[in-house]
Amino acid sequence: MNKIGKPNLEIFSETLTSEAKKNKDIIVVTSDSRGSGKLVPFGRELPDQIIEVGIAEQNLVGVSAGLAAGGKIVFGVSPASFLTARSLEQIKNDVAYSDCNVTLIGISAGISYGQLGSTHHSIHDFATLRTINNMTIVAPADNFEASEVIKQAVSYNKPLYIRYGKKPMMDIHPPGTKFKIGKSILVKKGEDLTIIATGETLQRAYLAYEILKENNIHCSIISMHTIKPFDKDTFLEFSKNSKAILTIEEHSIFGGLGECCANLIAQNNIDTNLKILGIPDEYMINGSQSDVLDYYNMSPERIVEISKDLLNK
Amino acid sequence: MNEKNLKKKSLEYRKTILEIIFQSGAGHTGGSLSCIDILNVLYNSVMDISPKNFSSLDRDHFIQSKGHSVEALYTVLCDCGFYSKKDLSTLNQFNSHFIGHPTIKVPGIEHNTGALGHGLSVAVGLALSKKIDKKTNKVFTLLGDGELSEGSVWEACTTASKYKLDNLIVIIDRNDLQITGKTEDVNPIEPIDKKFESFGFETILTNGNNISDLLNVLKKLPIKRSKPSVIIAKTTKGSGVSFIENQINWHHKVPSEDEYGRAISELSEKLNSYE
Repeated sequence: MNKIGKPNLEIFSETLTSEAKKNKDIIVVTSDSRGSGKLVPFGRELPDQIIEVGIAEQNLVGVSAGLAAGGKIVFGVSPASFLTARSLEQIKNDVAYSDCNVTLIGISAGISYGQLGSTHHSIHDFATLRTINNMTIVAPADNFEASEVIKQAVSYNKPLYIRYGKKPMMDIHPPGTKFKIGKSILVKKGEDLTIIATGETLQRAYLAYEILKENNIHCSIISMHTIKPFDKDTFLEFSKNSKAILTIEEHSIFGGLGECCANLIAQNNIDTNLKILGIPDEYMINGSQSDVLDYYNMSPERIVEISKDLLNK
Repeated sequence: MNEKNLKKKSLEYRKTILEIIFQSGAGHTGGSLSCIDILNVLYNSVMDISPKNFSSLDRDHFIQSKGHSVEALYTVLCDCGFYSKKDLSTLNQFNSHFIGHPTIKVPGIEHNTGALGHGLSVAVGLALSKKIDKKTNKVFTLLGDGELSEGSVWEACTTASKYKLDNLIVIIDRNDLQITGKTEDVNPIEPIDKKFESFGFETILTNGNNISDLLNVLKKLPIKRSKPSVIIAKTTKGSGVSFIENQINWHHKVPSEDEYGRAISELSEKLNSYE
């Protein structure tokens, strides 16, 4: 059994603090979000490198763009739900269209806020940001990915959105794994089907893999941490050689990982079965993040059953 | 640049604005004419910005939040040597970077604007970067009066005053009109001075179409130390051309051939009086 690590948000904060100590041009902007962003220690240790705008997400994004125009390496940190909806126009115009060196951190993304309800969920962020030109979107899965993406963000020099959840995550990747924004990671290789997960749903895919293996079903597991630019080459290679593809995401079934895969399958004449797991178009059920993901077929056990059905088609 | 030359420039700029709008068949005539004297004084007598220092951060900055009045900005940047008149003549043509709102693809432009209510936050961020780097350069931003209905403007104000950004100069092009009608009929925004003052700004009212008044105000900034400044520049929409002034329908009306001819004659006559 793999070790359970820390919440990715904590890793984000630790990594960013360490990078910011080495580079005084790194500036964090928060919207009354330093607590939820685990940035209280950052604020204490580096008070000159944090700007607090209060509960004003549009202003957070605009101010971040201005700081970047002034030569700073900016991390704008706010709950993913508000950041990618209320400030969408600022993201589009002031960050992406104006090509500002801003990394937007969507904290407590997906349905991390569980029972706080849909006002606090971001199951729209992949879909909305995918349609914005010049925007990169990353959803790290485990502590390793959560840390590596921040190290790369410091010198990425382009508009970037990273979403983080707040639950402790299982360590998936062994030492020596390479992480690069835009390049997926092959976690396991098997010939029967390919399961592609993004962000923290990778853990659920991994647990399903273990059960499938006991059932003598061998699947590949891919961590598709970057939603845009999409690692088309790896996807096409695996989809051509798999009997079935199963995608898993903590996001609406519309406009995210699954639809991206469906698009590639359709446009490349690939003969395979595809199943998209995510949040369906309905008034969402209330519950903890874990219970809601389970309810929408993303428990390891349901992933196993759905995988078997896909292979029997 | 002396006052007389600035006044002549303002007339020449007005002719260019009308020329490029007439020739390209689109543009925001009224608003470009109302803010042109402000841009003239800023670029020719106040700000430290030139094609030579533009790639450096050791200079002043200008964000035109009311992006639709871009023809005024294009005209001034062209005259300052950021690009040629030939480049500018591609305005609104296929594959030209000279479009109906400012973009960073055009030399001399800092930031893409067009959707209203964005520029002030960006200017606040730039001004903060100057404070962090202990630089004395200023950040200027031009807002429309109708734009003040955008809530994001006031979000930005809270940050400007919190961080005591006395290097931030906000200029309001107070021409009293917006696309639907008079600003005070569409959505009353007065008292503008008291609103900004309550948000922690120091304000001053001036005539935004009077070179001498603008020089007086813009040469003595900030208005007060440790406070961001707001200059409420009272202007006339369509300023400088009798039949365009204060007419709602000239918000983005393109002059006909006859109107263009009459406007140019009127401005040429005024210019001749300086010779």
